Amino acid sequence: MKETISSSQNKNLETISRNGINRRSMLKFFGASAAVIAFGSACNKDDVADNAVNLGSGDVGVLNYAYALEQLEAAFYIKATQSNTAGLSVAEAQYFRDIAQHEIIHRELFKAALGSNAIPALTVDFTSINFNDRTSLLAAARDFEDTGVSAYNGAGKLLVNTDFLALAGKIVSVEARHAAAIKDLISSGTFADTTDANGLDIVRTPAEVLAIIKPFVVTPLNANNLPTS
Amino acid sequence: MNLQNIINDIESVDAEVYEKLDTRRSVMKNFANIGGKLALAAVPLALGGMFKKAYGQTPTDVLDVLQFALTLEYLEAEYYQKVLAAAGLNSTLVGAARQAYTKISADETAHVNFLKAVITGAGATPVVKPTFDFTGGMGSGNGPFSGAASPFTNYAVTLAVAQVFEDTGVRAYKGQAPRLVNDNVALEAALRIHSVEARHAAHVRTMRTAYAAANGGNASAAIPAGVTIYPWITLNQSGVDAPFATTVQASYNGEENVTQAGVNTTSIGGMTFSAVDASASFDEPLTKAQVLAIVAPFIA
Repeated sequence: MKETISSSQNKNLETISRNGINRRSMLKFFGASAAVIAFGSACNKDDVADNAVNLGSGDVGVLNYAYALEQLEAAFYIKATQSNTAGLSVAEAQYFRDIAQHEIIHRELFKAALGSNAIPALTVDFTSINFNDRTSLLAAARDFEDTGVSAYNGAGKLLVNTDFLALAGKIVSVEARHAAAIKDLISSGTFADTTDANGLDIVRTPAEVLAIIKPFVVTPLNANNLPTS
Repeated sequence: MNLQNIINDIESVDAEVYEKLDTRRSVMKNFANIGGKLALAAVPLALGGMFKKAYGQTPTDVLDVLQFALTLEYLEAEYYQKVLAAAGLNSTLVGAARQAYTKISADETAHVNFLKAVITGAGATPVVKPTFDFTGGMGSGNGPFSGAASPFTNYAVTLAVAQVFEDTGVRAYKGQAPRLVNDNVALEAALRIHSVEARHAAHVRTMRTAYAAANGGNASAAIPAGVTIYPWITLNQSGVDAPFATTVQASYNGEENVTQAGVNTTSIGGMTFSAVDASASFDEPLTKAQVLAIVAPFIA
């Protein structure tokens, strides 16, 4: 069963590398156009540590980016559900249990979909979160979920393969449900306080998201090869 | 790199695309800069105009998605406006619940205005708002949500219908996202509406649970006996009691799916998960045809 799965996934990944070749030839065609120069100068390669984990390029890079986020979320909720946090009601603890299951499943699905292209397990650091305090726990959960929603909203357009786009779409709305549920626990009615004047939710670039999660991820990440549009 | 896709697509029908793009370099730059450079109010119009400027027209598929989305947003927006204005809900829709409906209503109305502006900006005419029949009677006014079961007098029904509209909206946008893969601007906007609908759905589901708890149990909130409603959809469970259960079931069919990208998520990474958790971890898309069948009873 599993072998069938990975061979069908490899097929998808092959498609991606073919697109990658097309893209390169296109860039050659454009030559030193304004667009290419802009992409080049946007990369801050100096910021990347020598031992950084490379998320990769193309759709693989975007999926690894999502995999990194899901690893972080899963690790947070696993620790949360093991913490017996003071003041957390039975219903609230049930939310945390459910969300932990969802995030672990998301993490494992990305790992399976990426196969040999998956980044390794990341080392996380939650020392800034007080897992024994309800307020600290809920605030951290809210930040992780809202960040996750903004990340997926920004990552959709970076994907080329519509199957991967559909998969990301299946996950982001569950992250938004988590975000709304957690925010309502903190202050009922704040479920959608992230919208702008057009009723649109938050959106962030990978660079913005990675800066937000950096304090929680010990493993250095190299996102320089991610697509930018 | 969806720009690449667009170019590839266009190249297949127009070999001279490179030449045209070369003379439109400033327009192409706008694709990247749109978010940062424009005042907020100008964004929807500019979004619509962007593709049109680059190639002279907005692709039919993208426009079709936008018009379809507008129709759904019309439905939701009018529903919440009528709920908030309903005298029959004055004693039940109060306090925090009224505030929540006011917030959701504002978001849906903003979505309507946004989509109309985007469609207009793309050089097309927004579809006209249909006449709605919130009894679910296709214009007869005596569908399943009429009389004592009207969402404008019966608060349990108000909540149930809102939940079904929101959950359906989430699934509808999700089904359309792949059709927008070649238009970064429209795709990002659709995704940003999609996650707001999910936030609404989660909150309405929480409201139903709270209402049941405060009013003597599930029956008071039109929730079937023994069923717990979570902010996320478990299996294909609507959480809506008879006599409405059959009417709303199509909005939940397929949500029980646990196979994602060819992988059975109840057994993954050497771990096992319940079908409830595995199904709740993913929301499932609905096709346009499925959504139109679901909303058809509400359109006169």
